[in-house]
Amino acid sequence: MKHFDPTFKKDTEKEFPLREEMRPRTVETPDGQTIEIEPLKDYFCEAPPKVHPKAYSKIVEDFYNWARAESLWILGFGTGCGAIEMRPLMTPRFDAYRWGIQWRPTPRQSNLLMISGYLSIKTLKRAIRAYEQMQQPKYVVGLGSCTINGGMYWDSYNTIKRLDDYLPVDMYIAGCMPRPEALLAGFVALKKIIKAGKAEGANLYAENFAQYKANQKAVIKDWDMPDYSW
Amino acid sequence: MKDLIAKLKKHYKLTEPDYRRADLTFVTAQKDELRSLLIALRDIEGFTHLVLLTAVDWLEEGLFQLTYMLNNRAANRTLALRVMIPRANAVGDTIHDLWPTAETYQRELREMFGIDFPGSPRVNDEFILEGWTDMPPYRRDFDSLAYSLQTYRERPGRVTHDPREHMKKALYPDQKPEAAK
Amino acid sequence: MSFEWIQIAWALLTLFIVINYGLIMTAVIQKIGARVGGRYGIPVWQNYIDLIKNFSLRSKIHHGVMFYLGPVFRLTGGIGLLLFVPTIYGSVMHQNFSYSGDLILALYFVFFGTLGMALGAGESGHPHAAIGVSRGLSQVTMAELPLALAVYSMTLQYGTLNITDIVAAQQGSIFNWTLFTNPLATTAAMIAFVGTMMRSPFDVVLAPQEIPIGPPTEYHSAYLALMQTNRVLYPIAKTVIFMNLFFGGATNWFEFAIKIFALYMVSVVVGVVHPRFRVEQSIGFFLKWGLPVGVLSILVV
Repeated sequence: MKHFDPTFKKDTEKEFPLREEMRPRTVETPDGQTIEIEPLKDYFCEAPPKVHPKAYSKIVEDFYNWARAESLWILGFGTGCGAIEMRPLMTPRFDAYRWGIQWRPTPRQSNLLMISGYLSIKTLKRAIRAYEQMQQPKYVVGLGSCTINGGMYWDSYNTIKRLDDYLPVDMYIAGCMPRPEALLAGFVALKKIIKAGKAEGANLYAENFAQYKANQKAVIKDWDMPDYSW
Repeated sequence: MKDLIAKLKKHYKLTEPDYRRADLTFVTAQKDELRSLLIALRDIEGFTHLVLLTAVDWLEEGLFQLTYMLNNRAANRTLALRVMIPRANAVGDTIHDLWPTAETYQRELREMFGIDFPGSPRVNDEFILEGWTDMPPYRRDFDSLAYSLQTYRERPGRVTHDPREHMKKALYPDQKPEAAK
Repeated sequence: MSFEWIQIAWALLTLFIVINYGLIMTAVIQKIGARVGGRYGIPVWQNYIDLIKNFSLRSKIHHGVMFYLGPVFRLTGGIGLLLFVPTIYGSVMHQNFSYSGDLILALYFVFFGTLGMALGAGESGHPHAAIGVSRGLSQVTMAELPLALAVYSMTLQYGTLNITDIVAAQQGSIFNWTLFTNPLATTAAMIAFVGTMMRSPFDVVLAPQEIPIGPPTEYHSAYLALMQTNRVLYPIAKTVIFMNLFFGGATNWFEFAIKIFALYMVSVVVGVVHPRFRVEQSIGFFLKWGLPVGVLSILVV
């Protein structure tokens, strides 16, 4: 282990103040009234995420899982260096479309979030927001060793070391970066997991919501979002 | 370059220059003469391009060194000026009116080193880090590994392999390991 | 026009056949495009799997009544468009509900879906949806212009607004098609056809690289499944109208399959070789090329 200074203690008292427009305050409306507003409560829904049960019969749920596995829509959000390994999958050489995999630009329509590489705190905030806007059932795949144990950025003040502290991960693909063939093998393995009915990351997130949220807020100090971005 | 330094030494207090390459020279200047020196270099000597403005942390001497690197495109020469400022309460002269791009460099130095440039536009805006409340991270007394160990949970079982030993074992499995010399 | 209850069953059968044909045909065309590009492409039944997956999503976000009605309007537009034109000429089963004046009704339904979509996407509150809606409406409005002019010209030529009669007038030989008796009207209408098929060069509304997906940005799960069904149904319904008006209609399902595929491939072939127009460029295109041809076709008839 590299030598580090044992007397160094990080600053845990200072708080980052909320942005001016997000603070609860008194405003004067255009028609002359004076009202109290609390932006984070007024504009956003406060409900925590629900646990969505599976379909009522096993045959139906298996059929649905087969359809979900054969039609994986990935959110086109390249969070890190692994995004460059996803682009060759759209080209004729690797052609992920054969497996029913498409890239969608909006989180509302996608089922799979690929965290491709190191996740800095800035990107984690946006990835959480994108993940929470996706519809159930949704899956998360961690690409590369930075999501597994910190990888190359193990001594960085800015990148996380364990992805499953912050988001529920269904599968990791090891590598730095894994080649497109490894990604395809990973997709095939993910399909097996989905078809077996074991990819219930979204329900795990809803059940342990307080724990995940505490972990996220511990590292994201300028939290100016609602607790759950519906 | 030598003639340029000789010419400048007539008017400004410069230390001994360091001729790194034929076209690259480092020289230390005084902080209070910095702006006039930069204006002279830009307008009279033709060093119109500000390549970079960066800082070096001399922890033991208690100083920050600001390095202004200027380039003369026509003559293809680069001159880097070093300015030493005290580490405690570090304040630098802003040069955003000479080169508008210096504003970004000064913003970065403010966030990463804590060197203030009063008057520079938007110098107190967050540059790369969001929600950072600790000490400026590029300083040498900020231990990044210690911070990371205290903030992020580790996954146990991380092992590091030396690539040479690994490949030796993989390619020549029968060879006995050499005795340490 | 006489109405019998059995016609509803035949209409549903037509709808079922056309939707399935659309799902498979769009996948085949995507596969052709992929093969041309050297890839293998999606499996032919991928559209079905996408539909099932979208229906099977467990959660939905609701933005209000109009948001829910947006895809419903759009699908109604597609179904209405199909049901009021004769799909297979001469067949009692697949005559649908064609009656006198249904040409004007068809023109109305062509625009109906877009309007409903605009309202629904506007309510979703997403700024990308609003931008896409404003672009889409301006483009579709302009694209309708050559079509309307071509319809006037054809109405003058045939003297009737009933699509069935127009198809009847084109039977006999290939040279009775409006394509050959009134080529200017056909050209104007084909310009409108390429313009509203939501493909290059007119797909700035929906292209993922422009603004993420445009009007359907906030639509997901069951809403998206409805819209995808419409996405296969509506172009085929429009192509059926075009086929009936300009290319002689279809007297059996085989001819239907061939003609729809050929007409759809026209827009695909135009699409893959052209880059995307900006909205003002596409509006300019319709005004510069579609309008004079349409006006000329009215004058010549």
